[in-house]
Amino acid sequence: MNPPAPAPLLEVVDLTMRFGGLKAIDQLSFVARRGEITAVIGPNGAGKTTAFNCITGFYRPSSGALRLTHADGRAFQLERLPGHRIARRAGVARTFQNIRLFAGMTVLENLLVAQHAPLMAATGFGVLGVLGLGGYAAAERRAIAKARAWLERIDLMARADAPAGALPYGAQRRLEIARAMCTDPVLLCLDEPAAGLNPRESEELNTLLLRIRDDGCSLLLIEHDMGVVMRISDHIIVLDHGRKISDGTPAEVRADPHVIAAYLGEGDEGIEQETESVA
Amino acid sequence: MTRAKTPLVDAFLSALIALGLFAPMVGLVTGVGPHGITLTARPRAVLALVAAVFVGRLALRLWQAQRRLVPAAPGRFAISFLAAARYIGPALLAVALVLPALVGRASLDLGVLVLTYVMLGWGLNIVVGLAGLLDLGYVAFYAVGAYSYALIAEASGLGFWSCLPVAGLLAALWGVTLGFPVLRLRGDYLAIVTLAFGEIIRIVLLNWVSLTNGPNGISGIPRPTLFGLRFTAGDGPGTFAGFFHLAPSPAQRVVFLYYVILGLALLTNWVTIRLRRQPLGRVWEALREDEIACRSLGINVTTTKLTAFAVGAFFGGIAGAFFATRQGFISPESFTFMESATVLAIVVLGGMGSQLGVVLAAVVMIGGPELFRPLADDRMLIFGLALVVMMVLRPRGLISVRTPSIALGKGEIITADFVTEGHG
Repeated sequence: MNPPAPAPLLEVVDLTMRFGGLKAIDQLSFVARRGEITAVIGPNGAGKTTAFNCITGFYRPSSGALRLTHADGRAFQLERLPGHRIARRAGVARTFQNIRLFAGMTVLENLLVAQHAPLMAATGFGVLGVLGLGGYAAAERRAIAKARAWLERIDLMARADAPAGALPYGAQRRLEIARAMCTDPVLLCLDEPAAGLNPRESEELNTLLLRIRDDGCSLLLIEHDMGVVMRISDHIIVLDHGRKISDGTPAEVRADPHVIAAYLGEGDEGIEQETESVA
Repeated sequence: MTRAKTPLVDAFLSALIALGLFAPMVGLVTGVGPHGITLTARPRAVLALVAAVFVGRLALRLWQAQRRLVPAAPGRFAISFLAAARYIGPALLAVALVLPALVGRASLDLGVLVLTYVMLGWGLNIVVGLAGLLDLGYVAFYAVGAYSYALIAEASGLGFWSCLPVAGLLAALWGVTLGFPVLRLRGDYLAIVTLAFGEIIRIVLLNWVSLTNGPNGISGIPRPTLFGLRFTAGDGPGTFAGFFHLAPSPAQRVVFLYYVILGLALLTNWVTIRLRRQPLGRVWEALREDEIACRSLGINVTTTKLTAFAVGAFFGGIAGAFFATRQGFISPESFTFMESATVLAIVVLGGMGSQLGVVLAAVVMIGGPELFRPLADDRMLIFGLALVVMMVLRPRGLISVRTPSIALGKGEIITADFVTEGHG
């Protein structure tokens, strides 16, 4: 049915992460496909954020392989790259469960810091920039244009010069996503993007995420809000106690007795009722 | 009503502590009488001090309670101050430019000293104020610059201007050398290691007698020249006085040194202002705000920290070379921890990251004790008191607001509430 695609975007093979005696992730394997929204769900303490930190280079896995393949065939072994290379070279961007914006810098500055690599190259690594030589002015114009485009998309144009820390919570979430997108990622990893949002903001977030996917960036998200997960995910992976217990489309996962058991204990009620309390 | 009672109790307790402290310290005076030491009691002085503490504490508490009701007040002050700052900067520069015509030689010497600290403050501001890396050993780079100049000039016979960039680069090299081992450290730990680094440099200078002449220091360091014209007591050929047919005067050299340090300090300021508006400076500030977020955006935190250390150290080294040429003599005595502490105090007092704040703080910190010199023994007391009052009234420094490096519209001023102080 599909054209013969190269390797999938992200292949996680036998990923294990130990903290002393604790196995936070145990032999986890899954695949995130290009152009899809892949969601990782599971009860608290299932190892979702740990898996995320391994993929984005904040933890070094105890064992296992993380293979990222770009559309042009370039492949990266994420478990071997230093943290900042994962973002810059492999094109994996992330957001954080507890928002990590540069609170004292303006919204615009936040988006420009994200475009540090191309801007820095244009300043001749600082030297030409100080002297006012080189193509820095043009590079900065391009960077500002890109930041403007994202500001319009996340509806923060009017607050561009405000400190990021002064924005309301929902706007900070959107800004963090826009900042991650300004690094031109192929895979955007979102750690609970809907946490703390009201239903309307949550709906806006869905639209934003779908649009990012349609523009060609794949997404991997951890989420507790089943409303978000079930509506926008193309593919869901369910973790419990560091192991994968289910993997499939939203409909398949919803019907999986293992998932229901993990969330409810043994029982046969629908997962949707349960999600209210989880979210 | 209950609110008014608490400050009263608080003031009473403070007065009690004051009584306990001052009764033996101030209340009893020893003197020499005919039969040995006598003891005189001074109850009135104690009473006056205790009363002052009581009233002062009460006023402070009441004022604080008042202020809590109006949370917007500090921000408003900061913003109005910054609006004025637009004119303070150029005004200060104008004063600095014409100062040699206005004051005598002694005051101008003080001006040279203040400007040296302004330059050091601006250099350290890159590391502490922008990148948020708490460096307690900045004097190390000052020392490296000074000794580099003294030793290279002695060995090679090159003049001040040829050695100046070399001294700066050597200091920058040491900045990177220090940077490498401390990259993983943050906050207090970073402060301790940088403090130790400063001491290591000083002790090496003290003990490596064959190179540095140890505690005796290096003398006869060449003075700077103006395009090859020397400043000497005579007016022979090749001297400044001889070339311009002026009567030779030692004041000419002081004026020249003043303009040299003014130029070097302004260079530091210019580079910092330029860098702040560019990716490098912006990423320094981002590092101060959140290191983990920087990493997630593909920023190499290691090289970013090293550049901050290197650029800061470079200007420290330049200032050191100037210090050496101005004094004509250097010894490890001049590079104690006290210097690091003074420069750091200037940066913190000025408001971290604020260029103008550094100038104001350097004038207060270096000029202040000199101004109060007629008060003799009390001057350090008054000075210390002034610092304490400062930290109570404006804990984030004189200028505790941040101007954005770039803006689409008019640009807002960011109050200290949002800006991270930087803990390494």
